[in-house]
Amino acid sequence: MPDTPAIELVNVSRRFLSPDGHAFSTLKDFTLTVKRGEFVALVGPTGCGKSTTLNLITGLGHPSSGQVRVFGKPVSGIDPRIGFTFQADALFPWRNVLDNVVAGPLFRGRPKAESYDKARDWLARVGLTAFERHYPHQLSGGMRKRVALAQTFINNPEILLMDEPFSALDVQTRVLMHEELLQLWSETGAAVVFVTHDLEEAIALADTVYVLTARPATVKSVHPIDIPRPRVISEVRYEEHFIAISRRIWADLKQEVQMSTLAAA
Amino acid sequence: MNSVAVDDSDFVYAPGTSDAEIEAAAMEAALRHRRLVIGWRLGILVVLLGLWEVAARTGVIDAFFYSYPTAIAARLWELILEGTDEASLWYHLWLTMEEAIIGFVAGSALGILAGVALGRNKLAADICAPYIKTLNAIPRVVLAPIFILLLGFGLWSKVALAFIMVFFVVFSNAFQGVREADRAMIANAQILGARPWAVTTAVIIPSAMSWIFASLHISFSFAIVGAIVGEFVGARYGIGFLIQEARGVHDTAAMYAAIVLIVVVVLTAEWVMTRIENRLARWRPPVQGH
Ligand SMILES: Nc1ncnc2c1ncn2[C@@H]1O[C@H](COP(=O)(O)OP(=O)(O)OP(=O)(O)O)[C@@H](O)[C@H]1O
Ligand SMILES: [Mg+2]
Repeated sequence: MPDTPAIELVNVSRRFLSPDGHAFSTLKDFTLTVKRGEFVALVGPTGCGKSTTLNLITGLGHPSSGQVRVFGKPVSGIDPRIGFTFQADALFPWRNVLDNVVAGPLFRGRPKAESYDKARDWLARVGLTAFERHYPHQLSGGMRKRVALAQTFINNPEILLMDEPFSALDVQTRVLMHEELLQLWSETGAAVVFVTHDLEEAIALADTVYVLTARPATVKSVHPIDIPRPRVISEVRYEEHFIAISRRIWADLKQEVQMSTLAAA
Repeated sequence: MNSVAVDDSDFVYAPGTSDAEIEAAAMEAALRHRRLVIGWRLGILVVLLGLWEVAARTGVIDAFFYSYPTAIAARLWELILEGTDEASLWYHLWLTMEEAIIGFVAGSALGILAGVALGRNKLAADICAPYIKTLNAIPRVVLAPIFILLLGFGLWSKVALAFIMVFFVVFSNAFQGVREADRAMIANAQILGARPWAVTTAVIIPSAMSWIFASLHISFSFAIVGAIVGEFVGARYGIGFLIQEARGVHDTAAMYAAIVLIVVVVLTAEWVMTRIENRLARWRPPVQGH
């Protein structure tokens, strides 16, 4: 069934226990559909449940009620078709760049020689061939992110989950990474769920932007982004149309951000 | 400030500030610092040994109890050449080393194994916690007489004591190291396709390694303590036995000589361990300030 969506969350709730033993909802009646090859961005106030949502899709977390489906099948365990890039540095610091990138195929039991060839290939694609013997601490933040991308893409994920992957980078590097990501993505056609605080980043990258409410998170509004591809990230944000979209979504998001700051105060 | 740099080689530096000069000056300063440090170290050593020697020879301290450096050196030399009535010095030393090394290797291997296993299994860890606490509360050396009774005067009673000295230290560090392994890194490995065993070997153990090494450093000297205490309580050979014997005949110089020998051994082991650790830890960012 080629037209089953890549990801479906249907009326999903997720409850946690607070340290003093009380249950509280992080997600409530959360419904989201990501088509194959679609690039979805989730924006929402901090602590609303964005990372929790991604966790449910990976199978590392389980919904308290509702259903999470990946390619039409309920999630049970970690699906090998999923790739994940983390906000924090999740590279293995004791492995050099090449051994970090080759980790996925080797974990999956691919032959060694083939895996290393593929890893070198991916390092070339992210422009880090000269650094394959370096350890992560010897790289800049942007280079580490490139390694993380290569490490994720080498497994040919059909679903790519990204949790604020570029939030630690400076603005210029971030734009470079955006272009790189869009390039890689357009070659693979994976479905992407990209979590971010940065509304401009969301609009520049995504086909669809979901605005989430403050905790417990539900989908507040859905905004299709009709900016044609290929997009030139460094310029697209100055276009009238972009600014109009940005203003419209921000009006929506602002209320939620204000609400969550009020709740925190 | 009105010289315009066309390319680097044409750049006009203020006198004494070219790259080569700055580098040379930094190297010079580092060398001077090193010489100063080593000079002071040697100076302090000479002064301390000298004071000890003079104080003992002039009767300020009792040479019978405290001995003095030249006497200790002479006695050590004699021991090296002639050994004791029972065996050569090397045999004594080797036996103590053998006990310590077997205890150390077994204790750290099982300590790491147990630490990783319990660190990965919360249920087992919770169940075992009070037992481990209790066992850990036993001052290790009180077991010496029991081990002698159980295992006899030979090698194995000392090995057991060295083992028990090492095991808990390594165990608790390995356990802690496993617990501190980064959640995101574990999740990353899992999503990349690692099964639980691969997570353990590729993420958990490497990230616990610096904790484990910290414990290995101290535990070799603990193993020596175990071996020697065991020999104090009952043995026919070994450095601990040698010290006991020397005490029996009021040969204080020999007691100090044995201590010197053991210190040299422990420092050497420490040095070897640091070398191994540095090899294994090439991935780590260099420590600032050294
Ligand atoms: N394992 C857990 N146990 C208890 N509470 C949790 C757990 N994981 C998340 N939470 C809670 O759920 C809420 C949502 O967390 P989540 O990490 O999904 O937020 P987020 O939207 O990703 O926030 P941010 O934008 O700051 O990353 C938070 O209040 C958090 O404290
Ligand atoms: Mg988050």
